Amino acid sequence: MLPFLLRRALSSVIVIFCVISITFVLARITKGGPFDKEKEPPPHIKEALLTRYKLNGTVWDQYTAYVGSLVRFDLGLSTRYRDWRVAELLQQKMPNSFALGSLAFVIASCAGVVLGSLAAMKKDTWIDRTAMFGALLSISIPSFISGPFLIAIFALWLGWLPVGGWGTVSQMILPALCLAAPYIAYVARLMRNSLLDVLKSDFLRTARAKGLTETQAVVRHAVKVAILPVVTFLGPLAAHLLTGSMIVESVFNISGAGMIFVNSIQNRDVFLLGGAVIVYCVLLVLFNLFVDVLYTLLDKRIKLYA
Amino acid sequence: MPEAAAPASIARPDGWQILKRNRAALIALGFLVGLSLIAIVVPVLLPAELKVTSSASFVPPMQHAVETHATHLLGTDVNGQDMLYRLLSGARVSLGVGLVGALISLGIGTLYGMISGYAGGRIDGVMMRTIEVLQSVPRILFIMILIAALDDYVKEWIDGWRLAAQARNWADLAKTISDVKAYSKVLVMIVSLGLVEWLTMARIVRGQVLVLREMTFVTAARAMGQSPWGVLRRHLLPNLSTIILTYLTLTIPAVILDESFLSFLGLGIEDPAASWGSLLKDGAQVINPLESKWWLLVFPALLMATSLLALNFLGDGLRDAFDPKSGE
Repeated sequence: MLPFLLRRALSSVIVIFCVISITFVLARITKGGPFDKEKEPPPHIKEALLTRYKLNGTVWDQYTAYVGSLVRFDLGLSTRYRDWRVAELLQQKMPNSFALGSLAFVIASCAGVVLGSLAAMKKDTWIDRTAMFGALLSISIPSFISGPFLIAIFALWLGWLPVGGWGTVSQMILPALCLAAPYIAYVARLMRNSLLDVLKSDFLRTARAKGLTETQAVVRHAVKVAILPVVTFLGPLAAHLLTGSMIVESVFNISGAGMIFVNSIQNRDVFLLGGAVIVYCVLLVLFNLFVDVLYTLLDKRIKLYA
Repeated sequence: MPEAAAPASIARPDGWQILKRNRAALIALGFLVGLSLIAIVVPVLLPAELKVTSSASFVPPMQHAVETHATHLLGTDVNGQDMLYRLLSGARVSLGVGLVGALISLGIGTLYGMISGYAGGRIDGVMMRTIEVLQSVPRILFIMILIAALDDYVKEWIDGWRLAAQARNWADLAKTISDVKAYSKVLVMIVSLGLVEWLTMARIVRGQVLVLREMTFVTAARAMGQSPWGVLRRHLLPNLSTIILTYLTLTIPAVILDESFLSFLGLGIEDPAASWGSLLKDGAQVINPLESKWWLLVFPALLMATSLLALNFLGDGLRDAFDPKSGE
């Protein structure tokens, strides 16, 4: 286990390093710098600003300076929000996205597993067909369409949930549902296909022969094996949801990490962009690692190779 | 996979028959062909006064605009442009970006997957690790960065052509080029999306090549002295065609979704060009509870959702028919 973890940690660092390098270089060769305004500042002021943020010289110089500060765990200063550190900005915005993302994650994984299992157990009945059609529908409808419609139905028409705002759980349900919808579908389809395979296997025939009802057999034995492909999908899903969906945040007017991504690109705020990318990659790598470890716990046949 | 089992799972001669029996996929195919034809033909036939901006803004559907004496089947938007025309030219852009972007990703992905799978060994290892690295890049974010980086360069490049045309006094060409410049974002989007979406395709193709290259007809072709390139092109590519077609169909909706996300955030297609995403953005901006301009939101939403649903239905149908690894 330990050599595996060490090896993975090393390769993760390399991955993150590659991603951050590509991001930084692309962001710096993009036309228009962070201090270009419609009213062009005097050249010596612009030069002084660039020097202060270590953004002058060749792209290579800037890149080495940036990597140098990263090695010291310093994400740098935001060029747009003057006097704000990138770390502070991320600390301020991330919790909103995390809260929204965790709720969406719970909804997506639970609803997906339950719906997928139901569809597999009732294969070729109306339950299966409805669930699979619903899955295809929610994959096909982007969140900026489903968002306004969810608001119209649950908030304006039925009046069950508040229209907007942020802070209480009831205000979080609609955005989380909207964010989770396509992923419920992905999880449900994965779960259905994998459970269908498992239902045909020998150990399940034994379980049935012991006298277990179909539900007992599925809940006690089949789900544990069938959930493995779903678990692989949950790693990237978690990172994706936790770093926030720009669309859902903009539809429901939530100030979170998604808006950092969009704004930092438009403002050419290189360091803020870099910081956000790092957070995303670290989460992705961590969750994937977590999934691999979880795998060995769920399925004793799998050994982690070093 | 053992060699004896391979032919049955790859050839699957009944693939087209499976597809023909899938009524939902056939209806989806019919819908998509019909929509593409309408999107290409109808905007040309519409009367010219509907295609320009007018003073008749926010005319509700099926009503006669007092200012211009034109009937607008689906109403007009803030600039008094006919929604039907906007919707169909949006369909052209969205479907076009989806198709061409997916084709680019298909080209890159197929080539990459074929080389990786056929070369095997260390080359394969390095190429697959590279894909793993690229997969941990936040995709939509990367597309945004690429678009921001490419956009100004493309605009400058097109401007260069315009100036060159002007210098030679080709006024018509210069005008055409400056018209094209307004649509430069479309080009940038296509390239950026194509450059990012090829990873799944590469992995699927590689997986298939790994199976195919062990088969006797490949060994025979090699024994007869065919170059690796010849084997790839003449023997492997034909056997990959159905699976490539399947994943092409599934990539198109993904590219369309990405395009609409970006356009909705205001980073994608810009006026005067329209796409479903940019139409929905315009629609969402004028929505308010007091005086609902529902037609600006409902029509693009319906058309977009139906088209994506049709593409996904067709893609799933193709996958059931041709992908040996999926399902039963």
